[in-house]
Amino acid sequence: MSKENKNFFADRDIQIILGTLLRVGVIASMSVVFIGGLVYLAFNHSEVVNYSQFDSAKSGFSTISEIFIELGDLKGSAIIQFGILLLIFTPIMRVVFSIFSFLIERDYLYVLIGAFVLCVILFSLSNKLVG
Amino acid sequence: MFGDSIFVPMSVLLFTIIVLLGAFVAGLVGSLTGLGGGVIIIPLLTLVLGVDIHYAIGASIISVIATSSGSAAAYVKEGITNIRIGMFLEIATTISAIIGAVITVFINPSYIAVIFGIILLFSAAMMVRKKVDHSDNDTSGKLAVFFKLNGAYPTENGMKNYAVHNVIGGFLMMFIAGIISGLLGIGSGALKVIAMDNIMRIPFKVSTTTSNFMMGVTAAASAVVYLHRGQIDPGIAMPVALGVLTGATVGSKILVKTKTDKLKVIFAVVVAFLALQMIYNGVTGKL
Repeated sequence: MSKENKNFFADRDIQIILGTLLRVGVIASMSVVFIGGLVYLAFNHSEVVNYSQFDSAKSGFSTISEIFIELGDLKGSAIIQFGILLLIFTPIMRVVFSIFSFLIERDYLYVLIGAFVLCVILFSLSNKLVG
Repeated sequence: MFGDSIFVPMSVLLFTIIVLLGAFVAGLVGSLTGLGGGVIIIPLLTLVLGVDIHYAIGASIISVIATSSGSAAAYVKEGITNIRIGMFLEIATTISAIIGAVITVFINPSYIAVIFGIILLFSAAMMVRKKVDHSDNDTSGKLAVFFKLNGAYPTENGMKNYAVHNVIGGFLMMFIAGIISGLLGIGSGALKVIAMDNIMRIPFKVSTTTSNFMMGVTAAASAVVYLHRGQIDPGIAMPVALGVLTGATVGSKILVKTKTDKLKVIFAVVVAFLALQMIYNGVTGKL
């Protein structure tokens, strides 16, 4: 019983840090999206939208490096896309943090499980899946 | 392409305002009913604004990451979420979400609309259904013990222990939920509930919060594929993500004070109508 309790308290600390990590990630990324949105509307508000046909080349921000290059010009759409990137990385950072916390708890089975999940996402990030 | 479209050309400003308002309502209702914002914003974008379903899917998955991470932050701190169950099932959902996101572009948009409509109908039915808690603390299988999935959660009368059952069945159901999530850009909460409540027999509180916890990672896995393919357009994703997140935040504040039973029935009817509309448009090839 005492062992269970000890584990539980370690879990509680991890849960509080995880919660903070997620909250900060969402607030930060959404703030960036909001600012980007204001810039985007200020400069592009009178353009005519046309989203009736999907065109994979149109958005122009389909790799992480492209987003960073365009970000240098402080274009509204690039700032939005950077914020979205931050948002996508929020749960990924959560997985990374979980791996470390399981490492501290010496729960190597879950270190392995977390590492596997991370590898799946990193494989997806490597951009080999979209032809 | 303008000639055969029934939708009027719109300025960026007008489009952004309409989507922002629509996404706010989607997020609000999605959080009040537990349905999630994605299943409402996609019909709005495609049926009302004439947006290609691939763009709608890309924008929706971003709103799923935002709302699930936001609410998971609160749940995790309360200590209800079972992080081990979450991490374990993420093996299934991340792999399958990527598979879903990769194949979605090879499927005719009409078929996607039909699948979407069916999932929507199913979610509406799940929403009004009376929930039965199957959880117990009886002996569970070897796998649940090996993966340390059994846990305890805080209740009014102190900590309550629960056992996890049928790990393999739940894992397979999660795999299907992940494919649907990647295919349609939604959280597929209704399918996750089946896996956790009915198959693995986890208590409601734990299953709801744990499914929320997993949703962010699952959605991130497929969002990366969408991003690389150019399905995430900043002009749509911005108002969708901001609107849904704001609506969901307001919704979670109201939720504590109101009874949602009647709202759920009214809303199930609306969702069923949207679902039939999606199926109809898919079958007739309009989407």
